[in-house]
Amino acid sequence: MSSRFLSLLAAAAAVACGPARAATTMRELRVCADPNNMPFSNQQQQGFENRIAELVAREMDAKLSYVWYAQRRGFTRNTINAGKCDVYIGVPTSLDRLSATIPYYRSTYVFATRQDRNIKLASFDDPALRKLTIGVQLIGDDFTNTPPAHALTARNIVRNVKGYSVYADYREPNPPARIIDAVAKGDIDVAIAWGPLAGYFAKHEPVAIDITPVSPQIDLPFLPMVFDISMGVRRGKDSLRDQLNAIITRRKPEIDAILDSYGVPRLAVGQVGSQS
Amino acid sequence: MITTGPMPKTSVPRFAQRRSALLLSIAAGLIGCSGQKPADETAQTPTIAATPAAGRSNGGASAIEPEDGQWVRPAKTYSSTRFSGLNEITADNVKNLHLAWTFGTGILRGHEAAPLVVNNTMYIVTPFPNILYALDLTKPGAPMKWIYRPGPIAASQGVACCDVVNRGASYADGKIVYNTLDNRTVAVDANTGKELWKTKVGEINLGESMTMAPLIVKNHVFVGNSGGEFGIRGWLTALDLNSGKIVWRAYHTGPDSAVLIGSRFKPFYADDRKPNLGVNSWPGDTWKIGGGGVWGWISYDPQLNLIYYGTSNPGPWNPEQRPGDNKWTATIFARDPETGEAVWAYQMSPHDMHDYDGVNENLLLDLPINGATRKVLVHPDRNGYVYVIDRQTGEVLSADPFGYINTSTGVDLKTGRIKYVQEKEPRIGQVVRNSCPASPGAKDWQPSSFSPVTGLIYIPHQNLCQDVEAVEASYIAGTPFVGMNVKMFAGPGGNRGFFDAWDPVARKIVWRIPEHFPVWSGALATAGNVVFYGTMEGWFKAVDARTGQELWKFKTGSGIIGQPISYRGPDGKQYIAVLSGVGGWSGAIVAGGIDPRDSSAALGFVNAMTDLPGATNKGGMLYVFALP
Repeated sequence: MSSRFLSLLAAAAAVACGPARAATTMRELRVCADPNNMPFSNQQQQGFENRIAELVAREMDAKLSYVWYAQRRGFTRNTINAGKCDVYIGVPTSLDRLSATIPYYRSTYVFATRQDRNIKLASFDDPALRKLTIGVQLIGDDFTNTPPAHALTARNIVRNVKGYSVYADYREPNPPARIIDAVAKGDIDVAIAWGPLAGYFAKHEPVAIDITPVSPQIDLPFLPMVFDISMGVRRGKDSLRDQLNAIITRRKPEIDAILDSYGVPRLAVGQVGSQS
Repeated sequence: MITTGPMPKTSVPRFAQRRSALLLSIAAGLIGCSGQKPADETAQTPTIAATPAAGRSNGGASAIEPEDGQWVRPAKTYSSTRFSGLNEITADNVKNLHLAWTFGTGILRGHEAAPLVVNNTMYIVTPFPNILYALDLTKPGAPMKWIYRPGPIAASQGVACCDVVNRGASYADGKIVYNTLDNRTVAVDANTGKELWKTKVGEINLGESMTMAPLIVKNHVFVGNSGGEFGIRGWLTALDLNSGKIVWRAYHTGPDSAVLIGSRFKPFYADDRKPNLGVNSWPGDTWKIGGGGVWGWISYDPQLNLIYYGTSNPGPWNPEQRPGDNKWTATIFARDPETGEAVWAYQMSPHDMHDYDGVNENLLLDLPINGATRKVLVHPDRNGYVYVIDRQTGEVLSADPFGYINTSTGVDLKTGRIKYVQEKEPRIGQVVRNSCPASPGAKDWQPSSFSPVTGLIYIPHQNLCQDVEAVEASYIAGTPFVGMNVKMFAGPGGNRGFFDAWDPVARKIVWRIPEHFPVWSGALATAGNVVFYGTMEGWFKAVDARTGQELWKFKTGSGIIGQPISYRGPDGKQYIAVLSGVGGWSGAIVAGGIDPRDSSAALGFVNAMTDLPGATNKGGMLYVFALP
């Protein structure tokens, strides 16, 4: 007899008692978030996921609170799946560990280059990639790395590639941003990074940075560069997920405006086969 | 007093022989299965002795330290034998062993440490938050003398790869010295529990953590880092025992100057003699985050004045992204303890593709080999081979499979190189099925034990294979990617663990006990010809050192992944102690409360352990046993 069943019961009870409780105590929306990872979120609540969380809390007429936890290995297990918080504002739609809402944006890995270098790249098959110094991010679980790292390896582009740990040095602000800093400083010719990270920091570097979506969107045999992003709740929290779905649908323009203001490069949801 | 001569009994009781024959036939049956798979024609399988070698002594550990009834470091001896010379408890009377007292640690994560016993006090280090308990053995029920709480940073739990374990402390000169998960080495007054010094040696924000037990030689404390999965650069560091100040640090990647390779470095194999291999065997500057930590064991030979230890796997790149040997990862080093200078090095797994860390224990033994007594180092590696290495020169004398191996076809003794099987190389976008051994290896950190009485090494280990495929979306620090889905499962025969008696001279298994789960506990051999180990279900077992016959067992409250020890109490009696408390990489499904439906969790180990939550529960408890 599963805790899942019990939590379903609890969820059902919460819904049943909803209006009566709202009159007495204000509902709380506990958001799980990384305290140091712009443009997504930070403890000063400056990220686009913080903006979206505020929007969602307003829509639910709920008090917004945060549980801060670095998004490292085990973060879902130690936060949302431990019952400490209710929702992650941004996770891949196909993340098995959580129950995902409908996707509210789709982004892509991008090439980030200094505008003054005039490097035009559109594809992993561009011969220029054999000569340029390329930065990619590394995850470092056994056998696991970011899609661009694998795409380059598959083309035997190895010796001119520089790795940046996605964890980096957590004492510094926004550790994953070092790879975009490296483009601005000229340490590397091109960074191949996740769109939201590249788009935001490109706008904040002292020099102009060009952002171009990579192609192909799915590197064969199976290496997606494009991911749908959803909100994620604990499995079994169907009622909360349904409410979030309704808010995403209702407030799509506001969410899009927030993403625009943070420079998040996006593809239309539905442009390639939907993952939901 | 230690027994080093031939065993008093030279004949094995008939029932024991039958038992051995049964075990052997079971084992032979398991190995027979491998022939059914055409892909595994080249698989390496261990040799099982036709008759048990009971009664023969193969020689002994170098410089066996006199038995004082204490246990001052996890391996007990510098030679890492984990052998107790106490012989009150024997194969004949162990059936009468009973519980003497217990102690709850109050911690729910995996307990891998060995208790220490010094001056009638027992010391226990817990997993995070790394509490140190001192228990007074002179009083009934061993009440607490004091508690020391180092207060490690909570965030360090986020960089521990495989549960927040600690493998124990070491004692010297009135000090208990150990490492905390957040990279502090601490020295505590053994009498008062007062902190004497605390030195930060690593940085959690760079992915480093510490789980290993220090080794103390004269005035030096040797410690190393964990975190090969997080882009660390591995090192071994020597601290001054009295001040805690860092004396030297040897990195395991980078230029020779950083690896402390100089004029005294004389590796046996030509491949290892070129300059700056810690840079040149990597593409670009990938060595800077190349791994090679030290989270296992260190041994010491006082005569040669050398320390020996192994380094962890390379990372965080996938194998295809780091062409080259990736030195000095998955390597055994011999170093001068005073200066840190490397004297020789041998890489078990060049360009490791399977997560075969080289950190397992090195037993320093003097063995009769081809008519001469050789000073050797015996190392049962994760890659599945028992290496016998000349510890003066680094020459590999033999490398024989002790588990089922299909990722390689042997070790070329002329070049020292392992012969990999290309089809088992994990590649992005390709499914690689049935790689054996799986990433935790044929054996992980769980230390073996050597008995100079039987001449046998008792090896606790696992029997796991794995499939690797790219399927699942994952997410770290705002970055989505497709994770490699690693799923582990039982190897040939269907059981996930073995407890073996290995003859290092005849180079074969003498007897073998199949276990349901991986045997993740350490082993303890005693002069009474009783060998102890624990299972992940929580059974603590005593078996006959000569035959493997089960003599006694006790069901503890949680799975056992700790290291059993033996000591003489103030009352003169022999005691056996072990920490129970499941966890670790293998037990993370219980200690970490992982959903069994998440089969790729704990780097794929959960898939092999979905029945563990039904077999045991978490919780740390010390159990101490004695004869009536």
